[in-house]
Amino acid sequence: MPEVKKASAGKCGDKVRSDCFVEIELTKTGGVKSTLISKVDSMYGESINDLIITMSEFFEIKHANISVEDFGALPFTLAARFESAYKKLRPGDVREFLPEVNKKNLYTTAKDKLRRSRLYLPGNEPKFYPNAGLHNPDGIILDLEDSVSPTEKISARYLVRNALCAVDFYGAERMVRINQLPMGLDDLKFIIPHNVHVILIPKCESALTIKDVEDEIKMICAERNVQNDIYLMPIIESALGVVKAYEIASASDKICALAVGLEDYTADLGVARTNEGKESFYARCAVVNAAKAAGVQAIDTVFSDVDDMDGLRNSVIEAKSIGFEGKGCIHPRQIKIVHKAFAPTENEIDKAKKIVLAFDEAKKNGIGVVALGSKMIDAPVVKRAQHTIELAILNGLLNKNWKK
Amino acid sequence: MKLIKNAANRLVPNLINGEEQIPFKGIGKYKPSGRMFNPKIKSCADYPADGNKIVNSLKEALKKSGLKDGMTISTHHHLRNGDILTNILFDTIKEMGIKNIRWFPTASFPCHSHLIKYLEDGTIHHIEGSMNGPLGKFTSEGKMKGVGVLRSHGGRYQSIQDGEVHIDIAVIASPTADPFGNANGVNGKSACGGLGFALADSEYADNVIVVTDNLVPFPCVPWQIQGNNVDYVVQVDSLGDPSKIVSGTTEVTKSPDRLLIAEYVAQFMEDAGIMKDGFSFQAGAGGTNLAFALFLKEKMKSKGIKAKFIRGGSTKYLVEMLEEGLTDYILDGQTFDLEGVRSMRDNPKHVNTSPFTSYNYHGKGNFASIVDAAVLGATEVDLNFNANVVSHSDGYLLHGIGGWQNCLFSKCTILAIPSFRDRIPVILDKVTTLCGPGELIDVIITERGIAINPNRKDLLNSVKKSSLPIRSIKEIQKEVYEICGGAPEKPKLNKDKIVAVVKWVDGTVIDSVYQII
Repeated sequence: MPEVKKASAGKCGDKVRSDCFVEIELTKTGGVKSTLISKVDSMYGESINDLIITMSEFFEIKHANISVEDFGALPFTLAARFESAYKKLRPGDVREFLPEVNKKNLYTTAKDKLRRSRLYLPGNEPKFYPNAGLHNPDGIILDLEDSVSPTEKISARYLVRNALCAVDFYGAERMVRINQLPMGLDDLKFIIPHNVHVILIPKCESALTIKDVEDEIKMICAERNVQNDIYLMPIIESALGVVKAYEIASASDKICALAVGLEDYTADLGVARTNEGKESFYARCAVVNAAKAAGVQAIDTVFSDVDDMDGLRNSVIEAKSIGFEGKGCIHPRQIKIVHKAFAPTENEIDKAKKIVLAFDEAKKNGIGVVALGSKMIDAPVVKRAQHTIELAILNGLLNKNWKK
Repeated sequence: MKLIKNAANRLVPNLINGEEQIPFKGIGKYKPSGRMFNPKIKSCADYPADGNKIVNSLKEALKKSGLKDGMTISTHHHLRNGDILTNILFDTIKEMGIKNIRWFPTASFPCHSHLIKYLEDGTIHHIEGSMNGPLGKFTSEGKMKGVGVLRSHGGRYQSIQDGEVHIDIAVIASPTADPFGNANGVNGKSACGGLGFALADSEYADNVIVVTDNLVPFPCVPWQIQGNNVDYVVQVDSLGDPSKIVSGTTEVTKSPDRLLIAEYVAQFMEDAGIMKDGFSFQAGAGGTNLAFALFLKEKMKSKGIKAKFIRGGSTKYLVEMLEEGLTDYILDGQTFDLEGVRSMRDNPKHVNTSPFTSYNYHGKGNFASIVDAAVLGATEVDLNFNANVVSHSDGYLLHGIGGWQNCLFSKCTILAIPSFRDRIPVILDKVTTLCGPGELIDVIITERGIAINPNRKDLLNSVKKSSLPIRSIKEIQKEVYEICGGAPEKPKLNKDKIVAVVKWVDGTVIDSVYQII
């Protein structure tokens, strides 16, 4: 195989924003020559040239023609594009040029964290990254799977890795959706060492897939001395996946939630996806049931019409009614509506408060049977009321010390 | 020419295009005495008794007006990017072999890049108005013969009224006119809404030419432009491209970040207690401005609050608020879409205004300072709340001032701006070009937080209990610098070559714009 001499990465064109196009041609002599055309030349031209020199030295590039066309890319993007072009030329080089870690990102997560909304960001679109957290989603998913075209899969890994290091997530849970296995296993090296909280595993059809992912994560964690907890969220997206839902949901104690994805599921059934969703009702209920049986959260699919906010609200209310606790978002404007619709209503909170207070009172008086008005209240009713209270507190609708 | 440091610490020339200048002295400090400019006395005996002032062509009207080298010619921008007349006007001037014209538009648009060849060949000496897009780039590169002068809408009126700019010939594009010269902008195929920006030109120019593509028999009513001020009327096939004069509908931004800023603006107005019965605000047609009005509307509806007036830039969204009874009046400076034009034509509570009533600083009051809140944009702000609207951080002139400087006098001036664009930070240590002094700018609202001018202790107090992300401007700047990879370098400018100056609302010079190297 002839040695590759020239490679590129990134995007260019009139419509490109906050990205760049890097081309590296390895030469035999002449040292490193670089040319830069940048939209922000007068402001950051020197800083971009410095980065090119630093990275060339880091990777010991002795002779090359490097050209950068920049459309206002942030430093983490410039570095990702450079490295991704370079690694196409020398795929054997395992050194990584990592951006400085943003100290604001050194927080952890919990298995039972609220996951009402998770905002999908296409893995190869850096322009969406810096502001995503400002819209307050419970989680941000950097997506390496369906939103990335097959030719950009490798490039997206560098970008997602650098984003995990450098971009402020503003407290949102840090999630990555990897590719289907086996490619997904290779994705993991790029993300596990960088304080990722949840790995979403697409098109899950067996407990084996979970085991494979878990083993790979364990290996990387040991190799790279990663200490933080990393949870898994398998996505059920096929008829077989639905059948195996419980097996999958209970495959590992690292699983925090089970999600359903309906675009692929309906394609698998060979039917159209409708707004009423009759065709997927069984699958969704099966996923909820499997999740609850395994003691993890049940998370619904995305609502794909970003202009239909009423439709979104109704779909969340329906999802909540059959047991889902979260919804995928593909646009930041969906987040607030999802949170509001998942939150308990004022009526629900009032009723729950009365039940919990009555239960406390009965316990204090040593009475086994609780009555509220003329109605008897049994254990599951109390449990549900306590859950409502917890949600109300988490949603900021009720003070933590509401009993006082 | 020498450079003088003005009250804002900016170096400005004492002479521009051979005319003496007064450096900025501080807000409300410069008060000229004497009398305003007097237009010539005319006798109706010199005009046709039957009221028919029609001449055959624009060329003939220009000839009769005595067009010669070095004259000042004014146009208005109510036709926005659909304007064809201004380009035809300068084609005609070129054909007549006239040179060194001072072009004095109320604003320019990208469609006027047609005029670059006339700036190059000396037909136009320089522009006093706005230098947008391609004209701004041309000016910034030092290619214009004279020095450009940027004024606000109110400042333009002031400069005419005070005699700083003497208009030889005003050419007024009029979507409807009669042979006597009465004209309006609410009827006809090129309808654009009001014609307020051309008012001063019609009153003070030596010669006034009304050009219309919809000639109607006398009387053309309403007559926002009065025929008694008009010398000649010219009929043409078309003034412009209607689809670019007003849009069919104005679209609200879809950008989630801009919508977040707009939401913050509306919530700020509620939490700070600005939104109350009988209040007033300014809203334009920019992406964020339009959106904030919609969020505010929801809040007003849910609390049963009604505004006294909204100052526009009108759009269908403001018209809906008027028609739903959420405001008593729209006071309209320019009309952005067809619904706005219809409403102005049919609804007496949708009032056309002019820069005289709304913005002129040398009058017996102006209502810019009566408005409770103005929501504006900016290209840059600095840590002292000073702001820039005309140039970008790379030093290039790109926008006009519009009514921006004038609106700063509202009771609460809010700049709604992203904290950075791509990799361009918006909050700097010092703005590239100073257009508005920080003492008039009260609040800066970005997607990363809201900074309140420390001088406005009342506002700081009013939002103490708000859930809004109130932060110091320095803190927001620091965060953005971290994202962008440090503070940006300053543009490389040739400090020996001033290509344009920015006037303050009172006619003094507030800053200089330099050639890009």
